[in-house]
Amino acid sequence: MLTKRIIACLDVDAGRVVKGVHFSDLRDAGDPAELAPAYSRSGADEIILLDISATNEKRSTLLEIVRKTAQHLFVPFTVGGGIRSMNDAATVIDAGADKVAVNSAALENPALISQIARRYGSQAVVVAVDARLSGNSPPNYEVWACGARRRTGKEVLAWAREAEDRGAGEILLTSIDRDGTGDGFDCELTASVAVAVRIPVIASGGAGNTAHFVQVFQQGKADAALAASVFHYGINTLSRLKQELALAGLPMRWPC
Amino acid sequence: MIAILDYDAGNLTSVKKAMEYLGYPCVVTSHPHEVELADKIILPGVGHFSATSNLEARGLSTVVRNAIARDIPLLGICLGMQWMFERSDEAPEIPGLAWFRGQCRRFPDRVKVPHVGWNQLRVRDRGRLFRSIPSGTFMYFTHSYWAPVVEGTTAECEYGFTFSAAIERGNLFGVQFHPEKSGDPGLTLLRNFCEL
Repeated sequence: MLTKRIIACLDVDAGRVVKGVHFSDLRDAGDPAELAPAYSRSGADEIILLDISATNEKRSTLLEIVRKTAQHLFVPFTVGGGIRSMNDAATVIDAGADKVAVNSAALENPALISQIARRYGSQAVVVAVDARLSGNSPPNYEVWACGARRRTGKEVLAWAREAEDRGAGEILLTSIDRDGTGDGFDCELTASVAVAVRIPVIASGGAGNTAHFVQVFQQGKADAALAASVFHYGINTLSRLKQELALAGLPMRWPC
Repeated sequence: MIAILDYDAGNLTSVKKAMEYLGYPCVVTSHPHEVELADKIILPGVGHFSATSNLEARGLSTVVRNAIARDIPLLGICLGMQWMFERSDEAPEIPGLAWFRGQCRRFPDRVKVPHVGWNQLRVRDRGRLFRSIPSGTFMYFTHSYWAPVVEGTTAECEYGFTFSAAIERGNLFGVQFHPEKSGDPGLTLLRNFCEL
């Protein structure tokens, strides 16, 4: 049976993992090249590296970081943040990424999705959608761009469907309202997108405990769930989470 | 030396990295004469079936047929495995190697496509690739088309229905999943191939 995926996210600023985990067996928890394989060993089904560097100078180290991180990583590896063009996507994939996540650039130029999909296949294109609640009856979500700083006027379901039509292989759906709160995923948002498209949906934003993951897989109909800060308390957190989800009856790669 | 065939079908670096990690010398190449010298061949590939026409265009398909005739072990991964069948609905005008009977088809509408993620193998026949890899092992899949279960099927997988996860005939091997992305069990399978 196809399992639900737990994806560990590394937010990287100027080549360093922000909010790095304190793993006892790592020399340098801020180094993505050490942290990613450690996550993989503890059961992460995939790794996503998001470059959140604010400036181009800080971002110049990205390719070297991707190369080093991919070197000894043998689970799927997605890189996102600042992918502006076909050329950006190509260099990141050549450096060892299996997939690229595109966000603001795809909103400005939706043809970018199909360009990357034609060259590398749909499985290599993750479209990241940052959603914020914009109306309550019925719930309505708007897509925001530029690190959730600029509204686009686009409706989330319409944009998700367009991304699918243009060749996206997966949707990485982040609830801006829940992000960083630890209050749980937005299951309503996730379910609405998961039934609207036929490609897998990765839920993000709000993970705080095991029950939140159970909810987003069951009520939210997510195919995968992403979390960063929930794993930051140590390497055991991730393996324990997968064990608990397996015990709750969810299809998990456990033991791995 | 192991030759990893470059025919513009996606990302080859991950296969090369895995081989280097395991300590087997390899070369990524699209030169027929380099492939002729190899003692093993890997045919990776993700993306559209039409990319396999590049194998013909670069003179690699003849080299591969000759290698099979000389009993050189060959491993097709994902698209590389599907090419070993007669054809695919994804690009019906392009013939496959036809070393296995049948046609690759698209997953039906009732399941999410592509089939992405970790799924379990049902190992039918231990085959030489599955040494130390029991039934129930998880591997990483990402594909929209599936290959039928045939006489040479060594492992099956279930998604909507049952399809070929691995095939074997003589020294010709194919896997639908990505061993280079499937953690330790995937590396074990690659090592089994390299040790043939």
